Amino acid sequence: MSTDIKIKKGLDIKLKGEAKKELSNASRSKIFTVYPEDFHSIIPKLSIKVGEKVKAGDAIFYNKFASPVSGEITEIIRGEKRKILAITIHADATDSYKDFGAKTPSNLAEPQVKQQLLESGCWTFIKQRPYDVIANPANSPKAIFVSGFNSNPLSADVTFALQGKEEAFQTGIDALIKLTDGKVHLSVNGNDSFLNNIKGVSLHKVSGPHPAGNVGTQINKINPVNKGEVVWTVNAQDVAIIGELFLTGKYNTERVVALAGSSVENPKYVTTKIGASITSILDNTNIADNSRVISGNVLTGKNVGKDGSLRHYNNTITAIPEGDDYELFGWTKPVFNKISTTRALTFSWLTPNKEFDLNTNTNGEHRGFVLTGTYEEVFPLDIYPMQILKSCMYKDLDEMEALGMYEVAPEDFALTEFICASKQPHQEIIRKGLDLMLKEIG
Amino acid sequence: MSLKNKLHDIKESLKGKKMAPLFGGFHTFLFTPNDTTQSGGHIRGADDLKRTMNMVVLALVPCLIFGMFNAGYQHYLALGEIKHTASGFFNAEFWTSSNFIVGFWKIIPLVIVSYVVGLGVEFIFAIKKGHEIEEGYLVTGMLVPLIVPIDLPLWMLAIAVIFGVVIGKEVFGGTGMNILNPALTIRAFLFFAYPTWMSGDKVWVEGARAASGSADGFSGETVLGTLAQGKEMATSVLDTFYGFIPGSVGETSTLLIVLAGLFLIFTKIGSWRIMLSAIVGALVMGYIFNMIAPSMEGTKFYGLMSTEFWHHLLLGGFAFGVVFMATDPVTASQTNKGKWIYGFLIGFLSIAIRVFNPAYPEGVMLAILLMNVFAPTIDHYVVQGNVKQRLKRIKVKTT
Repeated sequence: MSTDIKIKKGLDIKLKGEAKKELSNASRSKIFTVYPEDFHSIIPKLSIKVGEKVKAGDAIFYNKFASPVSGEITEIIRGEKRKILAITIHADATDSYKDFGAKTPSNLAEPQVKQQLLESGCWTFIKQRPYDVIANPANSPKAIFVSGFNSNPLSADVTFALQGKEEAFQTGIDALIKLTDGKVHLSVNGNDSFLNNIKGVSLHKVSGPHPAGNVGTQINKINPVNKGEVVWTVNAQDVAIIGELFLTGKYNTERVVALAGSSVENPKYVTTKIGASITSILDNTNIADNSRVISGNVLTGKNVGKDGSLRHYNNTITAIPEGDDYELFGWTKPVFNKISTTRALTFSWLTPNKEFDLNTNTNGEHRGFVLTGTYEEVFPLDIYPMQILKSCMYKDLDEMEALGMYEVAPEDFALTEFICASKQPHQEIIRKGLDLMLKEIG
Repeated sequence: MSLKNKLHDIKESLKGKKMAPLFGGFHTFLFTPNDTTQSGGHIRGADDLKRTMNMVVLALVPCLIFGMFNAGYQHYLALGEIKHTASGFFNAEFWTSSNFIVGFWKIIPLVIVSYVVGLGVEFIFAIKKGHEIEEGYLVTGMLVPLIVPIDLPLWMLAIAVIFGVVIGKEVFGGTGMNILNPALTIRAFLFFAYPTWMSGDKVWVEGARAASGSADGFSGETVLGTLAQGKEMATSVLDTFYGFIPGSVGETSTLLIVLAGLFLIFTKIGSWRIMLSAIVGALVMGYIFNMIAPSMEGTKFYGLMSTEFWHHLLLGGFAFGVVFMATDPVTASQTNKGKWIYGFLIGFLSIAIRVFNPAYPEGVMLAILLMNVFAPTIDHYVVQGNVKQRLKRIKVKTT
């Protein structure tokens, strides 16, 4: 079954430095790092000690969060109040895997599938709405959503990144089907892809500008979350990791990652593993000085720096120039090299296909909300963006609920944040709002 | 060391000190700051509030310059030193340097007082509260001199600006938080505190008030004033469109205001929904009055009621109010649906007030201020519509 969805509101941000479709292997990272902060709202309880040997798939904390590789735990980095910031693992030259046993998901019942996912650490790939946190295994979702394409700027091409993993992807979908009484929705953008032939899913062809590829947009158009309902979401590449678990019994966190951005000398795709150091992913690729290295895409990723690592949910490493410089009369002179949705002496509307080289400058100072109607132009969800942001700021739980807070994740507000003339931190406001709801309502 | 680095060093040395916002206010006018994204997305669009506000100021400049010429023109016309001949917008009697000089010396002081006093108040609040200087007053400061009579004493303007900025804006929390349009708050203050300087037939032409009572006294009524008294209109329709009529400083030229409105719509800074629906609202009300006017013949309302409905758009401050005041995003309705209702009611009420208010035949100021107050209510019901839809979704499911 296939249904077509047309997204009208949105904005494609075209940037320089798109990854060429050449795949190479990253060098083996010596150090892998696991960051508990990737798993939002989880407070880790360690199940290992420094010096202990682990296999790929061995739990390292809270008995569900697994090591991406085999090796020796070298350090547990703590911050204020002894909060665990990171766990580093000195990796073996080749991984040895904990064997969870190969199984065919279609022959399993729901509890067995859940158990396999939970024990192996693959459960962390399943997130839920409301609240955009790791799914609660006690729930039964009304549907599961997988977006088969990316519309974020410079992010990895899903079909390309999944080549050779077609069987694993299908097996992963087979496993997800077991987890819901409803449907598993897979969205594609109409390009030639093996995803068009995946069995057992409800296939949707989504067209239009970004955020067409965001799973939040697709949920809102296909089967929006109501109060008391839960939907789960899984990134397409992680469906393949789940599939491989069932095919081989191994927790293999191998991922094809796009290395992109205008600061990257030779943008391309590389094969690596979750937690690998950025240095190993870059290998011999140079990054310009004074650049920001982001795990993820420029709209939702995390600033990790050259010394950071590939984070748990990311399939892109982006490097763009830092914008820590002043610009003479930047507020009044005509602008040709930045993106704008207005025509206020900004001329990006003249060059819709130009690839821009944007830096991290905010292009102005933080202000109160002033302009109205601008967010709506890039926000396809059936929600009033400014009103919901304000309700988060004054922490009115009833209003947040009424305005649709159960449906949203911070990433849905990445575009409104991008075009905001008041330079308000939309994603942070939504994240804090969701955290408040999670705490108060749960 | 370059200017950029010098200013950067001063900024660093002032960090956390009381004067930091004051310095920042000037610094950010010269240079866009070196702030980088700290949370959420790593890139940002090109627009900030300074750029946005600057577009509105740019749109106002032609009105300001026209106002300077018109001030001199009306002055010499009333003195009988020049004769009125209608000969198009680029009429040689209008665009003369002597006209301009009269206007220039009267209007520039208004602009200076408006900005110096208004920004002064903003600076004091910014330093007191320790936030950056916000650019909201950039537009307000330009609007104010354009919507007052030319002979308004500067001290009155100063008091009104202080009142408008403090009560109209700062007490609510500054730019973005106010309920009433600050420029109109300033004008309303003047209107109620000094009515003799703001209405009647002695204030609209430079020098008219000073000369009144003397042998060579002259009056300069606005067209609306003439119509409100039931007199025949002496001005041609084209003159009202071009703006060769007495009135507040910058609001007479409907032609330039229409061009400014189109500029604001094109740049996506002004809301076309509000402008369009306000015009529709005014036409509807005007048409209703035209319909019932014959039965009102002989009453004091007849003059304005029988004015052709479309002609109302060219008279008084209607066009200026709709393009520059009603579209203020902070005080207007914030939802797109709400903007239709809000705009329509502004147009509708403007004409109604214009016709029925005998003391002061211009309604757009009061109509906008009234709708400013109701804008949050309109938005509330629009947003409730969305909320109800969301609730309906569950109900459909459960049944």
